[in-house]
Amino acid sequence: MSDYLKTGYLNTSDLEFPDESVVKQHFVAVTECVQEIPCNPCVESCPVDAIKMEGINGVPHVDFKKCIGCGNCVAVCPGLAMFLVNIKEGKGRVSLPYEMLPLPNKGDTVNLLGRKGKIVGAGTVISIRQIEKDTTSSIITVEFDDPSLIKVVRNVGVIRNE
Amino acid sequence: MNKKGAGMREIKSHPILHFDRGGQVEFSFEGKRITAYQSETVAMALYRNGINVFSESSKLHRPRGMFCAIGKCSSCMMRVNGVPNVRTCILPVRSNMQVERQHGLGEKPSGVVHFLSPVEREETVTIIGGGPAGLSAAIVFAENGVKPLVIEQNPLLGGQLIKQTHKFFGSKNEGAGIRGIKIAKEMIQKVENLGIPTLARSSAFGFYPETDTLGVFKENQYIKVHSNYYLFATGAAERMIPFEGNDLPGVFGAGAAQTMMNIFGIKPGNRVLMVGAGNVGLIISYQLLQAGVEVAGVVEAAPRIGGYFVHAAKLRRFGVPILTSTTIKRAIGVARVEKAVTVSLDDKFNEIPNSEKEWGIDTVCLSTGLIPSVTLLAQAGCKMKYSPYLSGYVPIRNKNLMTTKENIFIAGDVSGVEEASTAILEGQLAAYSILKKMGKDAALQIDETRSELEKLRSGPFGTKILKGLEEVQYE
Repeated sequence: MSDYLKTGYLNTSDLEFPDESVVKQHFVAVTECVQEIPCNPCVESCPVDAIKMEGINGVPHVDFKKCIGCGNCVAVCPGLAMFLVNIKEGKGRVSLPYEMLPLPNKGDTVNLLGRKGKIVGAGTVISIRQIEKDTTSSIITVEFDDPSLIKVVRNVGVIRNE
Repeated sequence: MNKKGAGMREIKSHPILHFDRGGQVEFSFEGKRITAYQSETVAMALYRNGINVFSESSKLHRPRGMFCAIGKCSSCMMRVNGVPNVRTCILPVRSNMQVERQHGLGEKPSGVVHFLSPVEREETVTIIGGGPAGLSAAIVFAENGVKPLVIEQNPLLGGQLIKQTHKFFGSKNEGAGIRGIKIAKEMIQKVENLGIPTLARSSAFGFYPETDTLGVFKENQYIKVHSNYYLFATGAAERMIPFEGNDLPGVFGAGAAQTMMNIFGIKPGNRVLMVGAGNVGLIISYQLLQAGVEVAGVVEAAPRIGGYFVHAAKLRRFGVPILTSTTIKRAIGVARVEKAVTVSLDDKFNEIPNSEKEWGIDTVCLSTGLIPSVTLLAQAGCKMKYSPYLSGYVPIRNKNLMTTKENIFIAGDVSGVEEASTAILEGQLAAYSILKKMGKDAALQIDETRSELEKLRSGPFGTKILKGLEEVQYE
């Protein structure tokens, strides 16, 4: 595994990833929580028992075949380390947690950002789901042409028109 | 940014918080009118109005601003209504106050200052500190028929929990997945519903072991507290590290930046250099982004990020660089930080020649560790021991958090710097231990709380604490 404690980011090769056949069926959760920390709300939030963890300090593992892509784990994860990925009609889709202002609007074109915050392409916001009543914290789903980017896109940059 | 005025530092919109600032009041600073919000402290009102310098040092007349913003250090002391050495960061604004910069050590007030006559209080249990540990203990006491007195030096209860906008880690019992601010709100509501007596804005300043008396100062009255049991949940203070210019206004404890933005809705600066990549540094850097402040970078002297990786990843995906094996060397500026210089370190923490880097920033935040606030416990005669794993001198205690004095207990960061989740559990454990001493049946709850604590400390992040506890636990 890459030296993520020096760099602050993971490489694609560090991660468990579902087969393309699964990703093409529906959204599937992927985890970027690789360090043993005392935390388990993702496990408790899963309605189909698809996240496994050994003890509270364990690392979560998603059973990609069981996962139904509901996004509960994305909404609850305190580390913002859960994402959903999907490929539909050849296009890539990623759902990610977003806790900044301004929020983009549905239909907006946004910059797609990788794990280092670098722009890796452009995408369209296809849904915004507010996850708390009293904050703007949301799950944003973006769609983009290059399906291979589902392994890369982990943030969006709102393009401001001023 | 010195002269850009009040509006520049006010946070207009925030993804997580809504600021209820209350109506406006006016007071005088150096003879000029300052407009403040009713909910503000004097230091916050001044800072929001663009004032960085609160005092000057006694010998070299260097400018000084606030540093900790929670009443722990003495950096924000000013002259208020003629009285010197007033900690303005915890002093609520009042209309027509006369606030002046303090020059040096401060002069004795010229007019007669009236103090109210001292009062005495008899209590069963007194809890010093109304943060997560103190409040969780207070709730356990009240639910078991004992009304403790809670003493808190800040105007608000909740300690550092009231500014933790991030979701908590841990398990369901500790509120995992819920934001700290919500946990705090629920605890404070519970304390109010249970009718627990609290003294806010009250500083416990001395403990007199001959008579087991706690000295408390509230506004301008001395309160002598006599209590059968004392629970110290006094928390910790931010650690200052030595570097050139570390006393310049604009060098803050990271927690101070958090207080400014998450409690008072004030931006600590426009562009920040964060020193320290432990959880505090990483979390507060992310919260700075949420407040609309640019984070130029995070530097960490150790070769690795000390906090949770997921917090680092959250920052990196917004493009914030994290430089390990790097530390701050110098803060530069006239009356406020204008830039900073960092330097790379080798594996023995020695500076690497010609590796300096200059940063154009206006704020430096230090998240270089916390020191347990143990002075009252030392005064009380509790035996202390130094443990680097617990972040400094801490009282020796048994597994149920009783110090070497049978009527004095501890909980939270004062017993060793850890997390809010463990502070909440320690508060509960200390309360059950005292209840047991009082003859109540609490053995089962003690066991349960202890095993819950053990679970949280069982991972790699708990090994440091467990090592520390081995050094300071007796029995």
